[in-house]
Amino acid sequence: MTELEDPAEAGRPVGRRVVLGLLGLGTAGVVFGPTVSRGLGAVSSALSRHDPTGLSSYIPGAGWRYYTVTDGFPYQPPSSYRLSVGGNVAKELTLTTTDLRARPRTRLTADFQCVTGWRVRGVRWEGVRLSELLDEAIPDSDQTAVQFVSYDGTYTESLTMTEARRADVLVADTLDGQPIGRAHGGPVRLLVAPMYGYKSCKWLSQIRVTSKLIPGYWEQLGYDQEAWVGRSNGRRDAPTS
Amino acid sequence: MHRVTSVLVGVLAATGAVLYFEPLALIFGRRLLVEGTHIVAGLLLPFPTLIGLWFSPELRADVRLLGRLTKVDGEWLRRRDRRTAGLAVGKFNGGQKLAASTLVGAGAVLFGTGLLLIAPARINLPVSVREGATVTHDLFTFGVVLLLTGHIWMAFRHPAARAAMRHGDIDLDYAEREHPAWAATYRSTPTRR
Repeated sequence: MTELEDPAEAGRPVGRRVVLGLLGLGTAGVVFGPTVSRGLGAVSSALSRHDPTGLSSYIPGAGWRYYTVTDGFPYQPPSSYRLSVGGNVAKELTLTTTDLRARPRTRLTADFQCVTGWRVRGVRWEGVRLSELLDEAIPDSDQTAVQFVSYDGTYTESLTMTEARRADVLVADTLDGQPIGRAHGGPVRLLVAPMYGYKSCKWLSQIRVTSKLIPGYWEQLGYDQEAWVGRSNGRRDAPTS
Repeated sequence: MHRVTSVLVGVLAATGAVLYFEPLALIFGRRLLVEGTHIVAGLLLPFPTLIGLWFSPELRADVRLLGRLTKVDGEWLRRRDRRTAGLAVGKFNGGQKLAASTLVGAGAVLFGTGLLLIAPARINLPVSVREGATVTHDLFTFGVVLLLTGHIWMAFRHPAARAAMRHGDIDLDYAEREHPAWAATYRSTPTRR
């Protein structure tokens, strides 16, 4: 304790400065988070093009984050997976992954934007247009909406019939050239390219045509039903589709 | 105190890794349990230190020492021959002091951003704040993990210091070599750390 006995020898309060500096830095990070996160996203997508290991996707603020609203990641192997298209339709469908591959395929490249801020650039999706499946099932004439049910037992989503028939809404089974894995909502998930990620229901098991729009899981917790990227949920992101 | 804190930090690092890296998340499942454990460990984290500060004048004295960088500390940080130059290093060297302050500051940021992240939905935080808290929490975690890796590395390179943390007594030869100014004041009686 000799240092304290002589004030001249006590030294500079560097500890306090370091702590306050870091608190300031942390506050700035919270306040300017969207900017920080965009910057990191740009860095990581530049890196990931030259990164065979895939480790660059773990840079904070970059790459995919995996959300599930249930305790763990549900999974159905492709061999036993079934997708049902039903509700108020003339012809109910039950499709396997092979059935989906046998239908007209659509490829689509789009940024994937989450409502919490992260964005994955140039994601390559492949699957069947939802409108193809709806045409095949033939919705009753007065139906206005489509509901999506996840096999996780909890998650649901919905679109108006007009939105559901857009060309950039896919029932997807392929992501960046690979079968969609468990964490990404495989073997089959919805992709609503122009909307925030929560519309793209993972682990899709049922598509139901309904007469009225039924708000989905997050919509019941206050998220916007019309989740256009950049024009909803109080966010200003560049459109994705 | 150090032991309880290090267990909590270990739990935080392990559960945080499971939440962050999706291959680990797929192996462990039970996401709500992992998340809950992370939150409880995070909320408990400040308490061992706060209780220590409340009850232990020795710890408060150490904090005072750690917070101030003397001329000797500055020299210790600058010189490459810091361990052999015969500097009158006290109980803590400059590196230990900087590391301690950095950990306290970064820990407070992690705690604060963590609180923002678990804020209930009815508080209705702006999405941009949630986004900022997420990216700040992640970035500071990477920094702290690096720092703690260095901390553990140093502990293994200095077994005498590690033994002192366990037993409360420091080997006098070691203290005279690494912390001579401190050893000089305690030469007659071994001391608790």
